[in-house]
Amino acid sequence: MMHSPADVDALIPLPPATFHILMAVAEEERHGYAIIQHVEASTGGDLRLSAGTLYRSIARMLEQGLIIESMKRPAKAIDDPRRRYYRITPFGKAVARAEARRLTQLVRLARAQGLLTEPA
Amino acid sequence: MRWYRALLHLYPASFRDEYGDELSAVFARTHGGASAPGRALAAIVDILPNAIAAHWEIFRQDLRYCARGLRRAPGFALTAVLVVALGVGANTAAFSLADFVLIRPLPFPRSDRLVRVNGDNDISPGVYRDWKRMTKSFEAMGAFNFLSANFVAQPEPQRVDGARVTADLLGVLGVRPMIGRTFTDSDDRPGTTPTIVIAYGLWQTYFGGDPGVVGRAVNLDGTPHVILGVMPATFNFPNRQTRFWKPFQFAATDYEDRDNSWIFAVGRLHDGVALAQARSDLQLVTSQLEQQDPRERDRAGAPPYLLRDGVSRQARLLLQTLCGAALCILLLACANLANLLLARAVGREREMSVRAALGAGRERLVRQLVTESALLAVLGGVVGVLVAMASVPPLARLAPNTLPLASEPTVDLRVLVFAAVLTAITGVVFGVIPAMRVGRVSPVEGLREGARAGGRRQRARFVLVTVEVMASVVLLISSGLLVRAMLRVQATSPGFRTDGVLTLRTQLPLPQYEAVAHRSAFYRRVLTGVRALPGVSSAAYSTGLPMAMRGGIWDVSIAGRPVVRDGSQSASARFVTPQFFKTLGIPLRQGRDVEESDGIDRPFVAVVSEDMVTRYWPGENPIGKRFTFGPAGERSVVGVVGNVRVRGLERSSEPQVYLAYQQVDDGSIIGYIPKDLAIQSSAPARTLLPAVRRIIREADPEQPISGVRTIAEIVADETASRLAQLRVLGVLAAIALLLAGVGIHGLLSFMVSQRSQEIGVRLALGARPAGIVRMILREGVFLATAGVVPGVAIAYAAGRAMQSLLFGVRPADPATLLAAVVLCSAMAVVGSLLPALRATRVDPARVMRAE
Repeated sequence: MMHSPADVDALIPLPPATFHILMAVAEEERHGYAIIQHVEASTGGDLRLSAGTLYRSIARMLEQGLIIESMKRPAKAIDDPRRRYYRITPFGKAVARAEARRLTQLVRLARAQGLLTEPA
Repeated sequence: MRWYRALLHLYPASFRDEYGDELSAVFARTHGGASAPGRALAAIVDILPNAIAAHWEIFRQDLRYCARGLRRAPGFALTAVLVVALGVGANTAAFSLADFVLIRPLPFPRSDRLVRVNGDNDISPGVYRDWKRMTKSFEAMGAFNFLSANFVAQPEPQRVDGARVTADLLGVLGVRPMIGRTFTDSDDRPGTTPTIVIAYGLWQTYFGGDPGVVGRAVNLDGTPHVILGVMPATFNFPNRQTRFWKPFQFAATDYEDRDNSWIFAVGRLHDGVALAQARSDLQLVTSQLEQQDPRERDRAGAPPYLLRDGVSRQARLLLQTLCGAALCILLLACANLANLLLARAVGREREMSVRAALGAGRERLVRQLVTESALLAVLGGVVGVLVAMASVPPLARLAPNTLPLASEPTVDLRVLVFAAVLTAITGVVFGVIPAMRVGRVSPVEGLREGARAGGRRQRARFVLVTVEVMASVVLLISSGLLVRAMLRVQATSPGFRTDGVLTLRTQLPLPQYEAVAHRSAFYRRVLTGVRALPGVSSAAYSTGLPMAMRGGIWDVSIAGRPVVRDGSQSASARFVTPQFFKTLGIPLRQGRDVEESDGIDRPFVAVVSEDMVTRYWPGENPIGKRFTFGPAGERSVVGVVGNVRVRGLERSSEPQVYLAYQQVDDGSIIGYIPKDLAIQSSAPARTLLPAVRRIIREADPEQPISGVRTIAEIVADETASRLAQLRVLGVLAAIALLLAGVGIHGLLSFMVSQRSQEIGVRLALGARPAGIVRMILREGVFLATAGVVPGVAIAYAAGRAMQSLLFGVRPADPATLLAAVVLCSAMAVVGSLLPALRATRVDPARVMRAE
């Protein structure tokens, strides 16, 4: 599927859960529970996604083309056939990058206004 | 975990199928360590908001998809919305009126306990007092009668309607005044200072809503009355014209004459007492009274009825007809919508099959189709409510004036709820059925090249179109019958001329005008002035104008003949000045008119109608015959005039007797004092009226003028409710015909497109286009016939049900039936013509290639 820059802009700003899930599957393919664990660890326990929020986000992100289901499976010994693995798409990467840029600009602005004293 | 699995059903099925297992697995891992109640709570917190959000997302997706789809088929969308709007609009309007008149409780506390004690009949104060004392079913009882009075106010005096009431009546009804107080027993005693309670409307218009109005004196019929209080705006008893209330102040003599019935009793039933019990209670009291006087049986006229049911049979029937017609329209609208959706669903079968093949679940497809029909229905419902809002004010004229209702009918919350329910039924029920059918088609079947709609669906559409034709035939015939009835009523001659006569009322107040000489001076002064105006050819005063005053019936007896008191020997009594017959164009057949010289000192004369002669002196010369006429005593006939329909175009009237206005005793004929001025003039009312007003002001500056209208308007009022009803029914019938035409057209167009191959083959094999046209037209005529036959049968039943509205036109009136059938057939032919022509344009080569 081809996506234009306008498609990217249409999704910005991203809901926080979506952004975190995108980052979680950007590094490597992950299944649902792994995403929850990753998000929790990377936010220092601040964000604990519930099962419902996670899969509702996944359903929407699949539809929007931000992520796809991966066909690659881990080694038989550690695989659970019920699990599905997701990875980020190039479009998902573009959207995540755009969102990161937006947040950076916000932080820069806040610093210029003297709202932030130490480097973020 | 079973709890979590159960809760998963809150999610949309497609979502649950896709992620249910994983959701459970993840939930089990994240909440495995928690206690059972903790897990249950967490499951609810997790699933409930997410399920709602998931449904909402799908809904928004479907809505976007629908909007796109409908934009691609604007004709379909517009037709569907309009069809729903018509159905919902017509029914919402009809319901708001019916609810207002027939269903809604009256604006009194515990109004279901309120009863008209003697039906519509009046009783005498004596009988009323005995009933009130002797009955046990009533918590309280009060009485009223109608009254109007000259109200002297700025800028000019007015005639206002009011009611006389017993002091306790307002209490019986349970309504408190907004400011001030109502009557007490002391106000009801004769000889005390006259008092009144005024209506909100009068308070606003004449006193600018001034709260200090209580205690002020107003001039009513020349006597000062102290205002005790103001009733709230919702209080309209006995009807919506009532502007003030005044206590009866019965004198001892009022109780003596038990045959003089002139008041109406209202009672409040004890809790737990049914209407039937009250009826037997009243019967018991009557038989007790009968032991003292056998005539008491006649004085108890009618059984009691609930105040709420005080709607005339005619008004009720009229509303029922309206509701029936509206339901017909709804039926048509639903059939049309279902047909449109079915056709669209069939047309999209391949699209659906492709989507199903691509993995969309059946639930998802059905859900989306239902969203589409719901969207159409909601749009239609909104437009329909707008239609209803626009049509309720003109429809409100159909509401009878006889009920003490709180306000004008409007589209309010109740009505909107009704409209919403209607919309939901139309949209969901008639949307789900076609959607379910689509869901059942297997992808393979739908994808197969050349797949054609199954016969079952065709039959469903056929039945729907037949129902449409049927409903439109019923409406056509019903309104046709009513048109015929109205033409008949209008063709009835009233017995007097209806053009160029202006009328107005100057009700002379008593006791100032008790003396005949005083009154006569007023009449002579006004009539002399008016007759001298340019363009005026004649003018006269009378007790009442035909159709404006319908009652006023006195007994007739002739010396030497047996006296019958069954009401058959009676005539309407009118006191008139000279020129009355000339002014109204009532032909003088024999003898002479009443003359100025017919004074109190001259022989008492009467002019009678032809019916009077036929009844009492058939084949004889009536001139000089003598008869005794009610309280007027003996009179002799000096003239005979044509019959007049005093009681209106649709009812038979008693014979008429006209008496000379000066031949009465002072203070005797209260209620019959001439008050209506009729002026025959070639000048338009607009230029005539100011001059007439000036003349009356000169004769008596405190005398108000009311009821200015032409004779033509009085006669038109006779058919006004019929006309209003007919317009409504006519519009509904036209809509129905149009909808049925659209239905036939839609079905045949669809059939032609489905059978284009067959038609192509026929054309290729040498069939002539004319033959193809005949084939399609035949289908159309068949559809029409299948609907017309049951339609005529139902219309006949409907016609019998509303026979009392038909003024003698028979429900099986051949001309009406024929006209309706011809119209329907024409509609069927027009509806099938376009598809038939399209069929002839099928290109055989192209169709065969596609195969």
